[in-house]
Amino acid sequence: MTDNNNSTNNNSAKPAPVPFAVKDCALAAVATGLRAQNLRELRDNLQRIHSGSIYYHFWGGLLRPRFDDPEFNNDFAGWARHGLHDTSLAERLSVIDPTDYTDLESLRQELLDVIEERLDESEWIPWARSDQQFHFIRSQIVVFDTHKRISSPHELAQAIPGMSVSSIYYHFIDARRRTEDSLDDFEAWLDGFGSSYSDLSKKLKTIDPYFISLSELRQQLITLFKNYFKNIKEEA
Amino acid sequence: MTTLLESYAKVAGEDVIDHLRQLSVPLKGMKVLHINSTRIGGGVAEILTKLVPLQQELGLDVKWEVILGRSDFYQCTKYFHNALQGSHVEIPQNLLKVYEQTNNDFADEFREMLEEADFVFIHDPQPAAVLKFCPNRKGRWIWRCHIDGSHPNRQVWKYLRDFVSEYDASIFSLAVFSQALSHPQYLIPPSIDPLSDKNKSISAKEVRAVFPDFDLDPDRPIILQVSRFDKFKDPIGVIQSYKLTKRFIPTLQLVLAGGEATDDPEGEAVLKEVRGAASGDPDIHVLLLPADAHTTINALQRASDIVLQKSIKEGFGLTVTEAMWKSKPVIGGNTGGIRLQVIDHHTGFLVNTPEGAALRIRYLLHHRNKLKEMGKKARDFVRENFLLTRQLREHLTLMVGLIHGAEDRIVLG
Repeated sequence: MTDNNNSTNNNSAKPAPVPFAVKDCALAAVATGLRAQNLRELRDNLQRIHSGSIYYHFWGGLLRPRFDDPEFNNDFAGWARHGLHDTSLAERLSVIDPTDYTDLESLRQELLDVIEERLDESEWIPWARSDQQFHFIRSQIVVFDTHKRISSPHELAQAIPGMSVSSIYYHFIDARRRTEDSLDDFEAWLDGFGSSYSDLSKKLKTIDPYFISLSELRQQLITLFKNYFKNIKEEA
Repeated sequence: MTTLLESYAKVAGEDVIDHLRQLSVPLKGMKVLHINSTRIGGGVAEILTKLVPLQQELGLDVKWEVILGRSDFYQCTKYFHNALQGSHVEIPQNLLKVYEQTNNDFADEFREMLEEADFVFIHDPQPAAVLKFCPNRKGRWIWRCHIDGSHPNRQVWKYLRDFVSEYDASIFSLAVFSQALSHPQYLIPPSIDPLSDKNKSISAKEVRAVFPDFDLDPDRPIILQVSRFDKFKDPIGVIQSYKLTKRFIPTLQLVLAGGEATDDPEGEAVLKEVRGAASGDPDIHVLLLPADAHTTINALQRASDIVLQKSIKEGFGLTVTEAMWKSKPVIGGNTGGIRLQVIDHHTGFLVNTPEGAALRIRYLLHHRNKLKEMGKKARDFVRENFLLTRQLREHLTLMVGLIHGAEDRIVLG
C-alpha cells in the first residue's frame, strides 16, 4: 500500500507518470509500558509487542534524538551491546536489514530466531543493570502534503536541497515499508519513466541510509542527482 | 518587525520552521490551554513563556493560566514533587483536601475556558486534579509530567494516578519515567531555548568579563560544573577528578557554580563538604550564584574549556544540553538522560568514577583538535535534537495524533 500518490508501474512504454507529490512527516514516540531487564524478557515482549514498536526500533531512530554516527542501526543491537554487554548478539542483530523482510511480522520472526538461538547457546541469561532496561516504544507518524509537485527528474534534482530532513525520511526511508518492492519513492517514481532513468535508479540503490544522518542522506542525494545531470549534459 | 518564528529560523534553520508551519495547518484556530502553577521561575514557566507565543504565531488560539493556592496547597504539591522523585513522604489528609479544593476552585473560575478548549495541557501534579472537576469537558486533556518519576513513592503515585488515568494522554520526558497507564504516553524530551539569556549568543567582551569577576586566569585551562550542591551531582567527585588531573596539568582551574541552598538543609551540608574539599586550593572556585544569573552562567560555560556533569543520578540534565549548545564537550556521569546526550567519544565522554573523569580531562586538554571537533559535534547534535523548536514540533504532532485516535499512521489531506 502506498499513501504517496506517485503513480508507478513497470512497463517500459508508458505515459509519463503523474507529478511527484512532495510530502513531509513528523514522528511521535509513544511508550508502550513494556520493558525488558534481560534477554528472555526481551524475547517474551517481542512476541507480543505491537508491530509499530518494531518499526520504531528499526526505522524511527532516524527521526528522533540520535547521534549522526550510530554504532548500530537498530535499538535491539544497541541494547545487546550496551545493556547486556553481549557483543556477539549485538553483531548478529545488527546485520538484520529490515528491507529484506516483506512485512514487520517476518522481521519480528527473524529477531526472535536470532534471540532464541542466543538463549539456546548461553549458559546463563544475560541481564542488564537495573537502570539500563530496554523500553519498548512505538511511534505515531503524521504525514502531510506540502502541495509541492514535481514534474520531471531534473526538477526533482533541484527540489531536493529544499526538502526538509523529515521529507527525505518519508520518501527515502519510510517508503520502503509502503511500497511493494521496498523501493524508495524517488526510485519508484523514476521507474514510471520507463528505462529513461534506469541509471539514476541504479545509483539511488547504492545509497545506504542506515549509518548516516538525514542531513547527510540529503547531501548524498543532492550530489548524486547533480552529478547525474552534469554527466548527461556533458555527454550531450 | 522580526517575528518570533523568524528569530528561531535563524538558529534552528528555515526548513525546521517551514515544517512547523505545515504541521500546524490542521490545528489552526483550535483552542489550546496550558495550565501550570507559576508564571515566572522554574523550567516549566521558562518553556511556556516561549512555547505559548510560538504556538500563537502558528495560528493556534493559545492561552496560559496559572493555578494559585494558599501556602498549604504548595506544601502539598511540594510533597508530590518529592514523592514522584522517590522520597518517602506521608501527606496529611488535610493537605490533600486543600489540594483538591484548590483544583476545584480553579475549575470553577475557568470553567467555560476549560470546557471549550480543544486541548488542555496540564503541567505537573499541581493542577492534575482540575480534570476531575470538569465533567463536561469536550476537548482532549493531556497531563505533562516534567518530573523524573522513574521510581515514585507508590503511595503518592497511587493517589495521583486516580486523576491522571482519566486524561486522554500523558507526556513524559524519557521512557524510563513512564508509568503503567491505559492511555497513550508520549515521550518528549526536554529542550533548551536558544534565544534565552542562558543560551543566546553573547559577545566576547561579555564572556571575558567573567575572568576578573571570579578571579579566573584566561590563559589557563578551565573546567566547569554547573549544578545545585546536591550529592547526586557528585561535586566532591568533580574535585577529586580535578585533583587527579592537577598533578599532570598544574595550571588547571576548576569552577563549581551553583545556586544558594538556603531552603535546603541537605544542600547546605553538601556545600560545606565541597568547601572543605576545596579549601587551600586557590584554583578551585566555588560560586554561589543567584537564581537569575543566566547571563553569568552563559558566559562561564563559554569561557570554559570542558564542562563536567559528573552526576551519579540525573533526570535529563539540561546543563549538559546548555554546555553542548556552546560547543563544549561534556564529561558526564553514565546515568539517566546524560546518556541520551553525551555520545561517548563523540560529543564528550561518559564516566563512572572520578578517575575516569580525570583521564578524559587530561585527554581532551592534550588533544585540542579533538576537543574542538567534539564541541562542534555536540552543538550540531543539540541543534538537531534538543532545541525548543523540536519540542514544539512534537507537541503539534501529538495534537494531530490525538485528533486521529491511536492510529500508527495518520495521513493528512
